[in-house]
Amino acid sequence: MSDILQVRGLTKRFGGLAAVNEVDFNVREGGISGLIGPNGAGKTTIFNLITGVYKVTSGSVSFEGKDITDTEPYRIADIGITRTFQNIRLFKNLTVFDNVLTACHASASYNLADSLLRLPRFRREEKTLKEKALELLSILGLADRKDAIANGLPYGLQRRLEITRALALDPRLLLLDEPAAGMNPDETEQLMRLIGDIRNRFKLSVLVIEHHMDLVMGLCEHIVVLNFGQKLADGTPDAIRGDKRVVEAYLGGGE
Amino acid sequence: MSSYLEGIIMLSGINLIAVLGLSLLTGFAGLFSFGHAGFMAIGAYSAAICTTIFKLPFFVGIAAAAAAAAGASWLIGRATLRLKGDYFCIATLGFGEAIRLILDNFQGLGGARGWPGIPPHTTLVNILILDVIGVVLLANLVRSRHGRNMIAVREEELAAQVAGINTFKYKMLALVVSAAYAGVAGALLGHYMTFIQPKMFSMVKSTELTIIVIFGGLGSISGSVLGAVVLTFLPELLRAVDKWRLVVYGLAVIGIMIGRPRGLMGGFELTPKSVRAHFARLREAKAARADQAAEEKGGL
Repeated sequence: MSDILQVRGLTKRFGGLAAVNEVDFNVREGGISGLIGPNGAGKTTIFNLITGVYKVTSGSVSFEGKDITDTEPYRIADIGITRTFQNIRLFKNLTVFDNVLTACHASASYNLADSLLRLPRFRREEKTLKEKALELLSILGLADRKDAIANGLPYGLQRRLEITRALALDPRLLLLDEPAAGMNPDETEQLMRLIGDIRNRFKLSVLVIEHHMDLVMGLCEHIVVLNFGQKLADGTPDAIRGDKRVVEAYLGGGE
Repeated sequence: MSSYLEGIIMLSGINLIAVLGLSLLTGFAGLFSFGHAGFMAIGAYSAAICTTIFKLPFFVGIAAAAAAAAGASWLIGRATLRLKGDYFCIATLGFGEAIRLILDNFQGLGGARGWPGIPPHTTLVNILILDVIGVVLLANLVRSRHGRNMIAVREEELAAQVAGINTFKYKMLALVVSAAYAGVAGALLGHYMTFIQPKMFSMVKSTELTIIVIFGGLGSISGSVLGAVVLTFLPELLRAVDKWRLVVYGLAVIGIMIGRPRGLMGGFELTPKSVRAHFARLREAKAARADQAAEEKGGL
């Protein structure tokens, strides 16, 4: 299996603090990888560096063999990477359907004149976009909520909607930032199954940040452990579980 | 129709065009501007140059007004749209005042004394035609992927970016279209008054436009239409209270904003479909009440 994403010597300093320091890891194509570590270990910062939300201090990120370091966030989606946020960021006042429809924009190519004058190309492509949005919503089990306002959805469904919106951009790599945060064990289990289904159905690779050890160990084929901005370990769930340094970082050291 | 009433209708129709433009920028793209009177001024003077100096037909003047205002907004946008919301708002305020002061001091176009003798090309008919075109184009725009991308920028800028939306580009598009509308409104105003003066395009005018958009309801085109008509007529209806007119006007605006904080039509669009849906809900509610009443009766 080849690697879809390669991170090399990735460093981000905020003033004197190195939030991420010389981190290397790969994400396997078609795999589900996990990024774990205690609070403040730099997990979300790494997502922000990959997606261009933060500028890299040094190091590089390459996707499908091409260097994408410091690409503008809006281009990252075109390249084939989309993400969700730890504190859900939906288009709050729009309906569930419009949240997904908006994200489908990249599949259309009609121009401003087509929009203003409702030319045939507009009608044709809009119809396709709407079908696509509906199809995604039914795959993700949100079809019956399509007219609800996003902000009014229960928490778990808001997370699901954010994932649906990310999928609307046809990504080849999906970055999920703590998708199970605030979920009960039942919901977490459902989510695990959902992530697995998505990977198989949409044939994409997933990198997930997670605190729930059950979720990470049960779902991921490959795990990267961070601590204080540095990589602590990197390997299969079994290898990680047996790693002394990881246990120390999570449970506190002996001496 | 009395010419007085006709005059107010024409003024509200002209205001409406500027308001529609600002509605796109503020209501849909979420950017506040306190300099839109500046774009109206650019439109008014450009159109007047076309019709009086170059003796071109009025529609050419209107097109030139739209183009000049759009061009100016593009330059302003290049310089200021990277700023965060509040700073952008201040920048537009500075722009509007700068335009006014430049015109005040530029004697070639009449300076502060104004520019009389502009041909009275503006009629009720051409205002209404442009109003209809303005509403249709705007409604088409906001219900396209371009409009949805602007709304996404308003809702959650970071999420819009990672969803592949070039937020700068869509803010710019909203600003340029919005300025073009203001330019057309300026052209109509000049050829209605047959006289233009920089003072007509002061910050007071910009603020008035913003008040109308908020009063009508952000993100609602029908709200903007309603707001433009109501708030142009209101000061006229209040002529009865003479010098207290603007005080009462102010109180009326405050009262309505307290009663309906999201504006007259906030978030709601008046279309045949939405009206039918509204009545369907009312009927359902009525049927539900009837069922309940029948049940209670049966229960007894």
